[in-house]
Order: sequence, then structure tokens, then C-alpha cells
Amino acid sequence: MTQRASAADVERVFREEYGRAVAVLTRVFGDLDVAEEAVQDAFAAALRTWPGTGVPPAPAGWLITTARNRTIDRLRREASRQDRHAQAALLHVQDEPPEEGLVRDERLRLLFTCCHPALGMSARVALTLRLLGGLTTAELARAFLVPEPTMAQRIVRAKAKIRDARIPYRVPAEADLPERLSGVLAVVYLVFTEGHTASEGERLVREDLCAEAIRLGRLLARLMPDEPEVLGLLALMLLGESRRPARLGPNGELVLLAEQDRGRWDRALIAEGQSLVRRCLRRDRPGPYQLQAAINAVHSDAPTAEATDWRQIVLLYDQLLALSPTPVVALNRAVAVAEVDGPAVALEQVDELDLPRYHLFHAIRADLLRRLGRMAEAAAAYETAAEYTANDTERALLRRRLAEL
Amino acid sequence: MKQYLLSVYQPAGELPDPEFLAGVMRDVEELNQRLRAAGAWVFAGGLHAPDSATVVRADGDDVLTTDGPFVEAKEYLGGVTIIRAEDLASALAWGRRLAAATTLPIEVRPFQDGD
Repeated sequence: MTQRASAADVERVFREEYGRAVAVLTRVFGDLDVAEEAVQDAFAAALRTWPGTGVPPAPAGWLITTARNRTIDRLRREASRQDRHAQAALLHVQDEPPEEGLVRDERLRLLFTCCHPALGMSARVALTLRLLGGLTTAELARAFLVPEPTMAQRIVRAKAKIRDARIPYRVPAEADLPERLSGVLAVVYLVFTEGHTASEGERLVREDLCAEAIRLGRLLARLMPDEPEVLGLLALMLLGESRRPARLGPNGELVLLAEQDRGRWDRALIAEGQSLVRRCLRRDRPGPYQLQAAINAVHSDAPTAEATDWRQIVLLYDQLLALSPTPVVALNRAVAVAEVDGPAVALEQVDELDLPRYHLFHAIRADLLRRLGRMAEAAAAYETAAEYTANDTERALLRRRLAEL
Repeated sequence: MKQYLLSVYQPAGELPDPEFLAGVMRDVEELNQRLRAAGAWVFAGGLHAPDSATVVRADGDDVLTTDGPFVEAKEYLGGVTIIRAEDLASALAWGRRLAAATTLPIEVRPFQDGD
């Protein structure tokens, strides 16, 4: 008996297979636009036929074959009308040997192309989510709070630069890999942090971006299982995501780590994150994402805020600071120092940092001043912190703290 | 193969001392040799200072001629190198070498029609 497929089934396959299909067809046709159109065309065909026939046993293979054949037919018609673009894409197909056996996973190439340093950061993020995640221009515009035409133009410009400057469609050579991989990881982590604490606007979290970032993280971990920083980033995101249910109070207000109801943390995500951290520890090639994941794992281990092993966290921050000596890392380390050596020592360290426009610098200072009983200074620091955050939920928390003084 | 324009941007004002410049010229010439050896060399040349420039523009049937560069700027085009490269990755690798040789920022820009 045939298993009928619903529109929801096609939607699910779309989410899962879009990036893979675009990646393979980009290699086939040598052109991102042709590849995207081909995949969208194949999904339209799936929506027409799958409700009757059911989802085929290998949906990715079906989509890729369908997209390839239908597009070759279309290009032939257009090439005969002297369309140079179509002729070029057809020529490219003839150079490519036909697929045999399993379809090779081309997504890594596509990811490195989308995250090429010759593209601006916002373009890299948009292209990655569009081509690998299948997000529409409208969804991207909503996620990043820009008008749809702005997002559309950002994507068109990025694709044009890839084509005109001939940004290569390949995984970089061994020598360039560490640097280029860290660029890819930065894009994925930016998507996650943007989802985790939206930098602007009313809502604190945009779950769709977090979910997309974790999907990309899982994909990278499957494709590059020997890169410890890839595993570290995935662990960091999973452990962050595990606390999402506890980060918002009943009225949508922000709840900080120390006050969260730890019973609401997602145990399955914690277990997965911690097992990745342990895998990283065994590799013994620490990097910034692994260390941040390890710090988060220590928090996840503590049944209560009081039971947190802050000494361990300070030690991990020492390692992190050695690898990334930035004032933001030093600021986060100071928070742990306050728990081990007291707020006076921590405040001394915080006051040496040059982060005048970073809202968390002022929020952390305010908190330390409050604990030292310096209420007037604390109030001023909370005020400054509230001025510098663009997120309404964070601002509400800071105002609450100020009122409680 | 595609062609790329590598533009050298240098700050307006006084030039560095002659000894330093001689070193730069040596390094650039060495790079040109490497480009030739790799089959990537198309053309390279340094330019005189922008005050040596003249701008001509069409004005109906006439041509208007003015003294000086097209735009006054804090940085100006000091020289160009045109190379053949497989893709942007390879062009950027040459760009990095030119930046190291000149100690100046290099703009890498693709030509419209590659052959």
C-alpha cells in the first residue's frame, strides 16, 4: 500500500535536504542561482506528485535527479534561444561526470563558499542560512529585523560577488583550513547568539535562529568529526540551548543563571553537550569554543547555583584568556573570580578593562558595587548598562535591579 | 582563467625615504618575476603622483580638460598589477604577496570577461 505524503512531509524533507540538494546542483551547474532555481522547481514537483506516490525512499536522490533533469531540459530550451547564461550552465554540466552510487555530500564546499572572508559578515550569515538552511528572504528579513528588499539585495550582491570575483567552490587547502574553519564557526555561532539574545527588539530569544545554528553545528560535526573546535561549538550551543526553558520567567522577563529553576533545564541536551565536551577533553587540543563549552558544562553539573565549582570555572577562564586575550573574556572571568575571591578583587579587575560601550561591563560592575554596598555607584552603573543594551528584555531586568537597590 | 586588477593604494603626502623605497622596488620586482614564472603575469606598473594627472571629459562635442586627479583623496592609486588567476582564492594569494612587498593595502578586483 502506498504511504501518502502530506504538505507537511514535503516541508520536512525541504528543511532536511534543501542545503544538500543546492550544494550538489551548484557543483553540477557551476552557478548558485541555477542550482537554487533547480531545487525549488524540484520541490514544486514533489508537492504535486508525492501526495499521490508517497515520499520516495531516498528523497534527496529523487530531488537531485529531478532538479538536474528538469533544469537541463529548461536550459536546453533557453540555450537554443541564445541565452548565454543557460549555455554556460549547460557546458558546465557536460564537464561533470554523471553521479554514480550515493550522492556525495557537497554541503561542506557550499558552507566554505558562503563563509568566504571576501564576503561581508552579514552577507555570509544570510547566504549560509539561505543556501544551507533553505530560509526564504522573507524569513531572513524577519529574523534580522531588516526590510525584505534590504535582505534580498544583500543576497543578490553576495551571489554576484561569488560569481564575478569567482570565489572558489571548494573546501580550502590544508594550510588555510584552520583560519577558514574558524570563519565558518564564527558565522554559525553568530546565528546562534543572535537567536539566543536578540541584539535588538522586544523578544529575548528567536528560537528559529538557535535551531538553525544547532542544525548547522550538527552538520559540521558530522562532516568534520575530527575537528575538536567543531565539536566544541556544537557542545557550547547545546548547553546554551538546554537552559532556554529557564531563561524566561512567567511574564517573559529575563532570568539569570543563578536564579534559574534548574529543574526546567533540558536534560537530554545537557547530556549530549557534556558527552561532546568529554570527547574534546580526550582529544586534548583545546580551543576557544571547547573551553567555553567546558565552562558551560561545569554550570550544567551543578544541581544548585551555590554548588557551582567556581574554582574550576576560573581555571578554564585562565586557559581561555591565554588563547583569546580579549577584555570580554577577562570580564566573564571576573564574574567567576567574584565567587572565589570576593567582589572587591573582581571589581579591581573589572575596572582595569576598557569596555565603555558594552552593556554587560556596566551591568557586572553594578552588581559587584551592589554587593560591596556602594549603592549610589551601583545605581549609576545600572543606568549606564540600561542605556547601552538594545534588547528590551535585558533592559527591563536592569531597570528591575536598579529599583531593587 | 580569469583576470584580476590588483591596485596599490598609497597615502597622499610625503614619500618614505629612498632607501626604504628601493627595498620595496626590489621586492615588487621579485614578485613580478614570480608572477611571470607562474604564468600569472599580465601587466604591472607604478604611477606618478596624482598631481601629474589630467582629467578629460566629454562636454557635448567639446572635450573639457582639467588639471589634477579625478578625485582628491587621502589615498590614491599608486600602481597596478594585472594577473591571471584560476579564482579569487588564488588572486587573493597574489594580493597578499603584493601587500607584503609594498607594505600597502591592495584592492583585488575581477575583470568582467575572463578568457
